[in-house]
Amino acid sequence: MDENKQTGKVTGVNGNMVSVAFDDQVTQNEVAFVVIEDGTRLKSEVIRVRGREADLQVFESTTGVKVGDHVDFTGELLSVELGPGLLTQVYDGLQNPLPELAKQTDYFLKRGLYVYPLNREKLWDYTPVAKVGAVLKAGDTLGTVPEGIFSHRIMLPFAWQGEWTVQETIAAGQYNIDTVVAKVSNGSETRNVTMVQRWPVKIPLTCYKVKLLARDPLITQVRIIDTFFPVAKGGTFCTPGPFGAGKTVLQHALAQRSEADIVIVAACGERAGEVVEILTEFPHLDDPRTGRHLIDRTIIICNTSSMPVAAREASIYTSVTLAEYYRQMGLNVLLLADSTSRWAQALRELSGRLEEIPGEEAFPAYLESRVASFYERAGLVRLESGETGSITICGAVSPAGGNFEEPVTQATLKVVGSFLALSRDRANARRYPSIRSNPGPSTTASSIARKSTAHARCFATETRSGR
Amino acid sequence: MRKIYHRIIQISGNVITVEAANVANNELAEVKSERGTSLAQVIRLDKSRVYLQVFAGSRGISTDSEVRFLGHPMRVSGSEALLGRIFTGNGSPRDNGPALDENMMEIGGPSVNPANRIIPNKMVHTGIPMIDIFNTLVESQKLPIFSVAGEPYNQLLARIAMQAEVDIIVLGGMGLKYDDYLFFKETLDEHGALPRTVMFIHTASDPIVECIQVPDMSLAVAEYFATELNKRVLVLLTDMTNFADALKEISITMEQIPSNRGYPGDLYSQLAVRYEKAVDFAKAGSITVLAVTTMPGDDVTHPIPDNTGYITEGQFYLRNGHIEPFGSLSRLKQNVNKDTREDHRALMDNMIRLYSEYREVLEKQSMGFRMSEWDKKLLKYGGQFEKGMMDLSVNIPLFQALDRGWSILADCFEPQEVGIKTDLVKKFWPSK
Repeated sequence: MDENKQTGKVTGVNGNMVSVAFDDQVTQNEVAFVVIEDGTRLKSEVIRVRGREADLQVFESTTGVKVGDHVDFTGELLSVELGPGLLTQVYDGLQNPLPELAKQTDYFLKRGLYVYPLNREKLWDYTPVAKVGAVLKAGDTLGTVPEGIFSHRIMLPFAWQGEWTVQETIAAGQYNIDTVVAKVSNGSETRNVTMVQRWPVKIPLTCYKVKLLARDPLITQVRIIDTFFPVAKGGTFCTPGPFGAGKTVLQHALAQRSEADIVIVAACGERAGEVVEILTEFPHLDDPRTGRHLIDRTIIICNTSSMPVAAREASIYTSVTLAEYYRQMGLNVLLLADSTSRWAQALRELSGRLEEIPGEEAFPAYLESRVASFYERAGLVRLESGETGSITICGAVSPAGGNFEEPVTQATLKVVGSFLALSRDRANARRYPSIRSNPGPSTTASSIARKSTAHARCFATETRSGR
Repeated sequence: MRKIYHRIIQISGNVITVEAANVANNELAEVKSERGTSLAQVIRLDKSRVYLQVFAGSRGISTDSEVRFLGHPMRVSGSEALLGRIFTGNGSPRDNGPALDENMMEIGGPSVNPANRIIPNKMVHTGIPMIDIFNTLVESQKLPIFSVAGEPYNQLLARIAMQAEVDIIVLGGMGLKYDDYLFFKETLDEHGALPRTVMFIHTASDPIVECIQVPDMSLAVAEYFATELNKRVLVLLTDMTNFADALKEISITMEQIPSNRGYPGDLYSQLAVRYEKAVDFAKAGSITVLAVTTMPGDDVTHPIPDNTGYITEGQFYLRNGHIEPFGSLSRLKQNVNKDTREDHRALMDNMIRLYSEYREVLEKQSMGFRMSEWDKKLLKYGGQFEKGMMDLSVNIPLFQALDRGWSILADCFEPQEVGIKTDLVKKFWPSK
């Protein structure tokens, strides 16, 4: 690995963008480290290559970076670690566990400090499933470990192509995640499988047979949603609203009560205080469906507004990749992203630094396609094993000035299945959740059959005409 | 010895460009010109070109002025010697005292690890009923005062500073009128609060670049007192609109693409990095941030108040000389108002509800409708509420304010009319 390591030298710094003259070759979106004078290594990602120069977005503050500083390229795309132990964790946008960082430093986040996302020492009760001689494809189950109430599947790494024959497995027992649990071969090459694998966050996981139409509602236990504006299990919905309309409170309610197996909360560019509420409350709140605590089914990705903006851009992808991983186990995952507008703003900041030609309100021209491809990672799928799994995505949108005509809201409306507009008037009247009963003509039809809500709707029309 | 550079190749706005080697991003430099010496900060590196923003402005800088790099970013002294002192935006003394160089700390440091935060749970008593009863201020809250130019926001800020039970006050003034600066200084002095105050003052006549440093300087000092000395710190920032306008000016000079009404695309992040410094620690002190945002044209959808509202934990609207009961919001009040007195929440909800009914009656009255008995009661109530609660000169502690609330209710209504639970009414309704 070391001998063919690519390197480069810094030639320019502009905010969190660093230009690098590279020596040999680079790969678009690969991870690089900028090494500054005191030895601190700043994680960054290649986002543009022009001639012999690559532009890197740095996930940290660039204070102290000098022209001529050394840069190491890793050759690996920005990835997350997938394996048992993800549940109950609190990560930043780059999957660093925040409580672990807190133990290693003082009150503040230290620049250039990265920690393994998963606990290396913890032992898991491994039960092999695939027998020696079995022929597997990427995503097929090799064995399972219990993680909370779920049976966490150890799968053949998603990136491995073709068919692999199991040659060796280990006996059931307690192992840590780095233990080789199986040896597999595709005829020409033999590889070791451990309990942990990596996957690049910006590439959707597609190890399933077919994507299905989401028809069944996701019971959220928020009455106005379930009766009037149901959301599909495997569908997408958004909750735009001006500040103070209760977007975050609604998302917290959904996180607590929705009948999903796994809930992933992506606090993206919002207030840290709101995350702290989840952090301190969820470990004590009971999950009525399982009898355990809510935190046992929750992963929190927390890249609040004061944390570096490039990591905010990554945090959305990190969270959806974790969701896809659990979907591969046949589970129903609910991803709550608060707020996708902050993510879009991160795109705008980076685009501005790249001096790209701006679109509407200086958002980049590719805003709509990025928003669409994020929401398209939701869905109900039939896995190779015949089971189904789903990801439901709820994105909060914070339109500037509460005006829904702005680009992020409009780009979101185009792709989501259900639209729950929050209104300032209803919030001022202290009616929560402040969902507008008549979202207006721009509303997108919910993919759930109208029949199921017809009964509820007829009451609404009666009351309205009765007044 | 550090090298001195003499060739300035570009001067544009407050930004100058020199050719230099071995310069770090955000490093400070001294620029010496005929007009004197000014600090400057590196804001961009492009091969051998170094872009510097000059704190004192570029006026009078010639192409052969001296540029000497200092080898460190912007710093401020972290020591108790700060107390009682007044500085400019770049940290030099404004009060004829000595410059401080002990324990120099970099400003604009990293974010607090969210895992180290705790849920805010301590009320800040201000003696202002509209705040204490209706929108309680909580320690470690970040709260802006949205106001139109001309409202007495600085007076309000000064009063809260005087009356809040905090250990240290840090005042960051941006684009302050000189009169306002003197007002703050005198008020703090009068109340004997000066010895526990640190001031970073940028007045309207000072160079614009120094304005941008003020929040970072103030918050770095606040972090020092909160984490090193376990103090409860109150940071007052006035006026954040000037800060945002200064950002706009610099970003336009740097030819960045503007996003909304000329403001840079990262306005939200820039504001959030500062406001998010508000924090409460389990084992150390706390930082509470109160900031003034003047709304250009009384328009809350203007980019500055709009972005601010998405960051902060509520807002106070200051309008017509009082804090508006509607629209003003403290997002953290429910963390504390359950533990003050049992009647607090009921009184808060019902008095506001009755006041909003009063506003509707006012509208009816202005349209010439006949007033019913109930309407007349509401009119009486509204008048008393505005006089006894909303008037900014009212200065009473919380329990006294709650009692006054009950006596206003008793004066205008029958016990069964106010919609408060019987057991609370029995306990608190004043006997005549």
